[in-house]
Amino acid sequence: MAQRIVAVTGNEAVAEALRQINPDVCAAYPITPQTDMMQRFATFANNGKVKTEMILVESEHSAMSACVGASAAGGRVITATSSQGLALMWEILFIASGSRLPIVMPVVNRALSAPLNIHGDHSDAMGARDCGWIQLWSENAQEAYDNAIQSFRIAEHMDIRLPVMVCLDGFIISHSIERIEYLDDDAVKNFVGEYKQLNPLLDIEHPVSYGPLILPDYYMEFRRAQAEVMTKVSNVILNVAKDFEKISGRKYGLFETYRLDDAEVGLVILNSAAGTSKDVIDEFRNKGIKAGLLKPRLYRPFPYEEVGEALKHLKAVCVLDRADAFGASYGPLFMDIASSIYPYKDRPILINKIYGLGGRDYLPEHAELVLNELAEIAKTGKVKTFKEYIGVRE
Amino acid sequence: MKLKGWKEVTPGAVVTEAGSALKFKTGSWRAFRPKWIEENCIQCMFCWIYCPDMAIKVKDGKRAEFDYDYCKGCGICALECPGKKGNKAIVMEEEGK
Repeated sequence: MAQRIVAVTGNEAVAEALRQINPDVCAAYPITPQTDMMQRFATFANNGKVKTEMILVESEHSAMSACVGASAAGGRVITATSSQGLALMWEILFIASGSRLPIVMPVVNRALSAPLNIHGDHSDAMGARDCGWIQLWSENAQEAYDNAIQSFRIAEHMDIRLPVMVCLDGFIISHSIERIEYLDDDAVKNFVGEYKQLNPLLDIEHPVSYGPLILPDYYMEFRRAQAEVMTKVSNVILNVAKDFEKISGRKYGLFETYRLDDAEVGLVILNSAAGTSKDVIDEFRNKGIKAGLLKPRLYRPFPYEEVGEALKHLKAVCVLDRADAFGASYGPLFMDIASSIYPYKDRPILINKIYGLGGRDYLPEHAELVLNELAEIAKTGKVKTFKEYIGVRE
Repeated sequence: MKLKGWKEVTPGAVVTEAGSALKFKTGSWRAFRPKWIEENCIQCMFCWIYCPDMAIKVKDGKRAEFDYDYCKGCGICALECPGKKGNKAIVMEEEGK
């Protein structure tokens, strides 16, 4: 289990994972804050560190289209994007998942325009949450590196064959230097293994067609089959995580719980803000308040049953969303958590806070504010506001 | 033909049978039908070249009848047909008349 300890940014760590995997094709277009990741990867390609064919395209729509073509042809394919880039890919995201092409794409989360903003929030990936891709979310650079490596095994698993997004927070993680443990090149190579396409277009002995017109007599059967594949993802992710633990010593599940088992109040929060929240939870525990946290890792397909089981015993829970869902009553993560606990007769009171939009800092004070409110709700059973924005000026 | 259930369809709607488009007759939505008038045909084969599908049959190197299973009635063949002495060898007629 030899590992190299380095000080690198999130983008650098993911680019290193991609170098170690050495995919066949990469089609990418620069967009802040992802640019630096693909720039590093392109440098590896130019210096002969990987054998990847780099396709430099004129837009993200073309990047994802080239990925679809290369993946259907039979290659192991990657790209990466952020924000507007992901939005521009939207049409082709569905073609990648509907055609069951195991493309891997790090998404460096950034706010959406307008107004124009380059900083981190989750609006981009949340907008693409139901496009049939698997979404893994990462708290820090280590998790982004580890998720990137595992995502190839997950995407390419013969039970699944679906594309995967690996989400990490723009700038907060992508551009901050952290201590990371890198695995050996050989360990990564052996872990991901050889790639075998299911129906490669370039296999001229077995000619196939991708993208046929499927009319009302068959469309629903294909969509039903697609939904069935989603039910197999959790199991594959847990098995891949078990194998990954053997080479890394690091444990992964469908989500992470922090001091949650005996908690009375809890936070549900994605990505980097979970780290800040854990520190504040420790402070509240020291004060005698039983606080805990749940941080989803697998966000799509969402593990409703497992999350519901993990949260059902709490008295009050706040779901913190770093994205708004305009016109919906609550943030996207809140709606999934609400669905998870809905089947239970005795369930926690849920509140929703929208925080950190456009890179607005999430501070320990914010977590304190929320945990104090939850403690009050747990005591009285009364809720003042179900959905509120925190860290915003009146 | 019995339609397949969702457990039987191929992953990603990939078609694994070569040349299966032959089984899918696409001529049914034709609104205008080309008619071949053999006595005006000079065998220039323009219709065969210009047809965007493969709806002009060829037999022994010569132009034969239309393949109405696939002809969508676009009329390109009728437009391109030079005919003989000003008389077209292909004319379009309304379907169902």
